[in-house]
Amino acid sequence: MAERPIRVLIAKPGLDGHDRGAKVLARALRDAGMEVIYTGLRQTPEQIAATATQEDVHVVGLSCLSGAHLELFPRVVQLLKEQQADDIVVLGGGTIPSEDITALKKQGVAEVFTPGTSTQEVVEFVKRSVQL
Amino acid sequence: MFDRDALQKLEQRKTAWEQGPVAKAMERFGERSEEFRTTSELPVERLYTPLEVAETEYERDLGVPGEYPYTRGIQPTMYRGRLWTMRQYAGFGTAEESNRRYKYLLEQGQTGLSVAFDLPTQIGYDSDHSLSRGEVGKVGVAIDSLADMELLFDGIPLDQVSTSMTINAPAAILLAMYAALAQKQGVPLDKLRGTIQNDILKEYVARGTYIFPPQPSMRLVSDTFAFCAEHMSNWNTISISGYHMREAGCNAVQEVAFTLANAVAYVKAALDAGLDVDTFAPRLSFFFDAHNDLLEEVSKFRAARKLWAQIMKERFGAQDPRSMMLRFHTQTAGSALTAQQPDNNVVRVTLQALAAVLGGTQSLHTNSREEALALPTEDSVRIALRTQQILAHESGVVNTVDPLAGSYYVESLTREIEQRVLEYIDKIEELGGSARAIEQGYIQREIQESAYTHQREIENEERVVVGVNKYRISEEPPTNLLRVDPVVERQEREKLEQLRAQRNQAHVDEALEGVRVAAGGQENLFPRILEAVTVYATLGEICDVLRDEFGTHQASVVF
Repeated sequence: MAERPIRVLIAKPGLDGHDRGAKVLARALRDAGMEVIYTGLRQTPEQIAATATQEDVHVVGLSCLSGAHLELFPRVVQLLKEQQADDIVVLGGGTIPSEDITALKKQGVAEVFTPGTSTQEVVEFVKRSVQL
Repeated sequence: MFDRDALQKLEQRKTAWEQGPVAKAMERFGERSEEFRTTSELPVERLYTPLEVAETEYERDLGVPGEYPYTRGIQPTMYRGRLWTMRQYAGFGTAEESNRRYKYLLEQGQTGLSVAFDLPTQIGYDSDHSLSRGEVGKVGVAIDSLADMELLFDGIPLDQVSTSMTINAPAAILLAMYAALAQKQGVPLDKLRGTIQNDILKEYVARGTYIFPPQPSMRLVSDTFAFCAEHMSNWNTISISGYHMREAGCNAVQEVAFTLANAVAYVKAALDAGLDVDTFAPRLSFFFDAHNDLLEEVSKFRAARKLWAQIMKERFGAQDPRSMMLRFHTQTAGSALTAQQPDNNVVRVTLQALAAVLGGTQSLHTNSREEALALPTEDSVRIALRTQQILAHESGVVNTVDPLAGSYYVESLTREIEQRVLEYIDKIEELGGSARAIEQGYIQREIQESAYTHQREIENEERVVVGVNKYRISEEPPTNLLRVDPVVERQEREKLEQLRAQRNQAHVDEALEGVRVAAGGQENLFPRILEAVTVYATLGEICDVLRDEFGTHQASVVF
C-alpha cells in the first residue's frame, strides 16, 4: 500500500504581506514530494484552522513578519485543539525574537524557524515530526 | 567612443593577451569559477576594455548631468551642490512615541522624515477593528484620525520638513490628514514638501497592503495627481517602487523593468483621466533597492534614469525636462541582512549605501543592523544614519558627479541592463500592460522564480552569505531588541472611543455621505476625503465607505 504523502498547509495569519519566505518554503516542500497548500495573505486563525481540518493536513506552517506572532500562532493551536485536530503539527516562521520562541513552544507550537534557516532543515523537521 | 583603427588594434592585443598571459595563468591555477555572473544573472567578463563599450555613444547615451537623457544624474552639480536627503524610515507604537523618535532623528542631523504606518492603518482598519488585533503599532505608527496626526507632528512645523509617508491603498486619506494638519498649523498647501508612496500596483505583486480592486485604486491615484497638480505643487504624488518587488525576490533587471512598466501604467491612467502629461509627470518619483552587488547596482540606477527619460520624451511626448527626470529614493536591502552575526550588517549597509550614492540617489534610508530580527533601537538607527554621514563627509565620492562613468565595466553593464529591461517592458506590453500582467500572475511568477533560484543557490553554496552558509560561529541569540508594548493597542482603542464621543457626529455623517456620493460618481474624491478627515472621520470609516462603493480586491494565489 502506497503511503499517503505528507500534506502541509502554509498560512499567513494576520495582516502581514511579506510572503517571500512562505512561498519559497511552500515550493521547497513540494519539491521534496509533499502536497502543499498555500492560503495567501490575511488569514484569520479561524480560517486557517478550518482549512487545516478540511484539507486534512499533517502540518500547518505559519509565517508572520509583523510582530503579531504571539497573538496569532497560539490561537491557531488552540482552535485546532478545540476541533480535536491537535494531531496537526503547528510550525512557525518569521522575524521572531528568541524569548518569544520559548513562549510559543510552551503554547504548543512545535518549532519556530527564523531568518537564515535552510528550507532543507524545515523539510527534514516536517518529515521527522510526521513520522512520530 | 573610440575610432575603428584603435579598436581593431585593441582586439588583436586582447586576443594575444588571452592566448598568452591569461592562458599561462590559467594553466598554473584556474579561475574560481567556470563563469561569473551578477545577481541578475548577467555574465561578467574577465576584462572590460573600449571594445565592450564600442556601441556606446557619449552624447547620445551619457551626455552631461542635468540634461537629457540624465544617465549621469538629474542635477548639473549633484552632491557638490546639495547632499541627498538622509531619511530614516521610522514609526512604531503610538503617535507620541513616534513623534519622540522623529525629534531624536532630526536632532541627530537627519534631513527628512519618513513615516512608517502600522498594518491596520495601511489596510484601512481602525485600531479597534477585529482584524487589527495584535497588529496595532507593530510595524509602524497607528493612525486612526487627524487627532493622531496632530500628535505625530507635534512641535514639527510642516513647512520646515519634508515628509515621506509609506502609504498606498489609503494614501489619499493620509495625505488629506497631513493637508488638514497643515491648514491647522497655518501652512499653505503649496508649501508642503514630501512624498506619498501611493503605488498600488506593486502592492498586488509584493508587500500586499491592497484594499480595493485595481480600477478604483487607479482612480484614487489619478484623483490625487489632479488635486496636487492644482494645490500641492511641491508634493511628490507617488513613489513608484521597485524596492518591494526586489525584496520579494526579483533581480536588479526585473526591479527596473517592473517599476518602469508600472510607471507607464500610472502615466496612461492619468492621461486617460484627461490630465496633461507635464502637469503631473514632474511630481512622479521613484523608489529603488540597493543590494550588495555594488557595480551592478550603480549601473542599474544609471540605466533606470536613461530609460525613464526616453520613455517620457519619446513615448509620452513630455516637453518639460522635469517630466523626464527620474528622481528616486533608495533604501538598502532588508533581505540582504542576516540574523546571524548581525553586526556584519553594518558593513553590508555601507556597501549598499555607497551604491546608492554612486548611483545618484536623491534620498536614502540605511537599514539598521538588527532588522532581520526586530525593529531597530535608537542606538542602531544612529549607526545607520552615521553611515550616511561618513559617506557624505569622509569618503570623497560626493565631490564629483557620477564618478564611475567611463568605467568600461560600468558602462557596459549599464547598457546591458538597459537592453534587458527593454525586453521585459516589451513582453509586459505584449501582455497588455502591467495591470494585465499582474492579473495574469506573470510578474508574480517571475519574482517567485528568482526568489526560489536565489534560495537554492544559497543552500547549494553556489552563493556565499557570510555567517549564514559560510564562516558561521555559534552565538547567543541577541537581546535588547526593541519591543512594542502591547498596551499600545488598548491605548489606541481608548483614544478612538474618546474621539467618537467628542466629535460632532452629524458633521462626520454628512462628510462620509459626501465621500460616498463622490465615489459613486465622477468628481475628484480628494476634496471630499479632505472634508471628512477635517471633521475627524476616522481612516477606517472612510475606507468602509469606499469598500462599500468599490468592493475589495481578491488576490489569486500564485506559487
